Amino acid sequence: MTTRTIKFSIYRFDPEKDAKPYMKDYTVELDATEHKLLDALVKLKVLDDSVSFRRSCREGVCGSDAMNINGKNGLACVTDVDSLKQPIQIRPLPGLPVIRDLIVDMTQFFKQYHSIKPYVQNDTPAPDRERLQSQEDRKELDGLYECILCACCSTSCPSFWWNPDKFVGPAGLLAAYRFIADTRDTATNERLDNLEDPYRLFRCHTIMNCVDVCPKDLNPTKAIGKIKDLMVKRIA
Amino acid sequence: MTVPVRKFDAVIVGAGGAGLRAALQLSEAGLKTAVLSKVFPTRSHTVAAQGGVSASLGNSEPDHWHWHMYDTVKGSDWLGDQDAIEFMCREAPNVVVELEHFGMPFDRNADGTIYQRPFGGHMSNFGEKPVRRACAAADRTGHAMLHALYQRNVRANTQFFVEWMALDLVRDEQGNVQGVVAMEMETSDIYVFQAKATLFATGGAGRIFASSTNAFINTGDGLGMAARAGIPLEDMEFWQFHPTGVAGAGVLITEGVRGEGGILRNSNGERFMERYAPNAKDLASRDVVSRAMVTEINEGRGCGPNKDHVLLDITHLDPEVIKSKLPGIREISIKFAGVDPIKAPIPVVPTCHYQMGGIPTNYKGEVVVNDQIVSGFYAAGEVACASVHGANRLGTNSLLDLLVFGKSSGNSMIDFIKHAPKDLPVLNTADVERSVARVDELNQRSSGVEVNDARLAMQATMQKHCGVFRFKDMLKEGAEKILEVEKQVANIVIADKSKTFNTARLEALELQNLIEVAKATMISAEARTESRGAHVRDDAEDTPERPNGRDDQNWLKHTLWHREGNQLKYKPVTMKPLTVDTIALKTRSY
Repeated sequence: MTTRTIKFSIYRFDPEKDAKPYMKDYTVELDATEHKLLDALVKLKVLDDSVSFRRSCREGVCGSDAMNINGKNGLACVTDVDSLKQPIQIRPLPGLPVIRDLIVDMTQFFKQYHSIKPYVQNDTPAPDRERLQSQEDRKELDGLYECILCACCSTSCPSFWWNPDKFVGPAGLLAAYRFIADTRDTATNERLDNLEDPYRLFRCHTIMNCVDVCPKDLNPTKAIGKIKDLMVKRIA
Repeated sequence: MTVPVRKFDAVIVGAGGAGLRAALQLSEAGLKTAVLSKVFPTRSHTVAAQGGVSASLGNSEPDHWHWHMYDTVKGSDWLGDQDAIEFMCREAPNVVVELEHFGMPFDRNADGTIYQRPFGGHMSNFGEKPVRRACAAADRTGHAMLHALYQRNVRANTQFFVEWMALDLVRDEQGNVQGVVAMEMETSDIYVFQAKATLFATGGAGRIFASSTNAFINTGDGLGMAARAGIPLEDMEFWQFHPTGVAGAGVLITEGVRGEGGILRNSNGERFMERYAPNAKDLASRDVVSRAMVTEINEGRGCGPNKDHVLLDITHLDPEVIKSKLPGIREISIKFAGVDPIKAPIPVVPTCHYQMGGIPTNYKGEVVVNDQIVSGFYAAGEVACASVHGANRLGTNSLLDLLVFGKSSGNSMIDFIKHAPKDLPVLNTADVERSVARVDELNQRSSGVEVNDARLAMQATMQKHCGVFRFKDMLKEGAEKILEVEKQVANIVIADKSKTFNTARLEALELQNLIEVAKATMISAEARTESRGAHVRDDAEDTPERPNGRDDQNWLKHTLWHREGNQLKYKPVTMKPLTVDTIALKTRSY
């Protein structure tokens, strides 16, 4: 890849001066070494330092730079800029209040994450050494613990858009199952009680947008299905 | 203007591994603690650590903390303080087991114990042969650890101030630390966080270099704040260049890849590390491997059209091992190098990774200046220099450092707070006013140097003049250049003066911190006329009296850079451990 010009249309909103948000066009020249959407945004910020977005690790593990890219949620740092149709439409994650430009208020998202008590609960006294866990049992956590809390999934979920205060959302439910699945956690019953509710768990209608957008290739829908199975088994 | 004051028992700046580990101690002790972070805690750079956290658990084969200590002292090229190193290595099994109890999803051995893999410089029986000491969660150990620590803090009801940037330290007239001035990023409102005890756990400053594995947020904020408040910075000439950053992108590829059997090859396909480190080979210490790689490239045996990198080969490993033990690396390699490592080797190049130096502390996390404890001030993690890493850090000792010193500083703070007067003293408003004035100046300046231009100038200077190999003339020139860049930084301008989540202003404030680190690094490096660990220069010759150019007679001492006048002072290395015999000076080879 050589030097090329990339066209953007970016959602702009500064509450201090804008009555309402608008889309603004930008053109950025990229060098041969610049491949990712984040590279382009960082360069764009040099041209206009008021363009605001979050970013940190630039390698897809911190979860800061989630945004809506040509209509689909994703991380800017792992998205190939050359694969995108131009002008690239960049908007904030949908469904959350916008603080400024691409920066959204994630309070509701984290509130739901916290609501599932995201920590191992174990009421037996801790041994001197590690708690033993078989390789098979540990394998149950794969595909669950890798979540980076970027919110791509929850903010692509219509059920979360409609009930962000009542539906835990795919990220929170994935985390809930991560602890249910952990043999070291002894609070499965309480965790299921916590989700036994018409909204908290059962608003998931397996639309599967979450699976489609997850930048870590995780499958919240599958985890939610497993929680639902446990609910059914518990009644039986 | 009056700046509002919020009062706490303790303030922690930074919510990576060290900050979270300390916060847990304080919250569980019931103390009123504020944790400030520029990013949501799980976005801190600890999240990017991959390979493991070291502890002599001996789950696969015999191991001992004393062997771990030996390796760490040797890895540090004897610049590490042996009391702190003994403390860390002895504590390692405890803090790792504790982390497992917190819910850390470690990989497991067949018997259910924590999985451990070999790593660079980890040896059994005082340097004899490689040992499995790195406790791992696939190649996402940092991510798993940071999330486990955050989760445990949720359980402990720790009070977080997310997306707050600390601006400056507040000290009273005796120099006692009273807290920090901080800005809420969403509103640009400035507050004082006054506390009995203040901990800096702000991480490193790898962004002083053009090519770095570090996140954008690693801008040395704690170091900048300390320097402006008259605290010297220790051993800042020592920067670790990780052997395996993805060529071009800089993204980290863990040493765990070599731990699992990966091999470095030059353009002839040769496993060149056999020539440089006949015993440890690809698992020699990081400084040794990085220099070998640069030597290969400089001598024309680099790979690719520009012969500017070498190859990390794991094509001989079982694809199932790659998928289960190195899934994150495979993902990074595909995304950033366009290579599936199951099928083809990964192009890699040494990349700035870790700062061994920092704010001078003892092993209790207390900041120490001129043999005196700075009352109320603590530092832990990459921002601190305890010093356990000396002139070169061993892989996996960074995550260990966060746990051990996060915990020990938390405990020291609890003890200090218990004995401190109940009421907070009168605040020294002079420091607060200086901090506010610094922000005002940025808000008011209408012309000057673009932030990006000044930052690029700094990064290019550091990269060119202070890299893997250092040269006397280049260092001298580099020191002059960086002082020129400092003048540019003093005159930076931002176009965006708004209040709501103004990231332009934040980047300007970060650059003001980075430049302090860059100066400290360059000036300390120019002065140290020997080669030791990661600091290797052309004029320090390898002689029988000075093996590898290391000059123990003149340079077995810590550098202390003072911002005022760029003065350098020195202090002796602590050679006496806590309970065992000194690990005596020896020529370092792997």
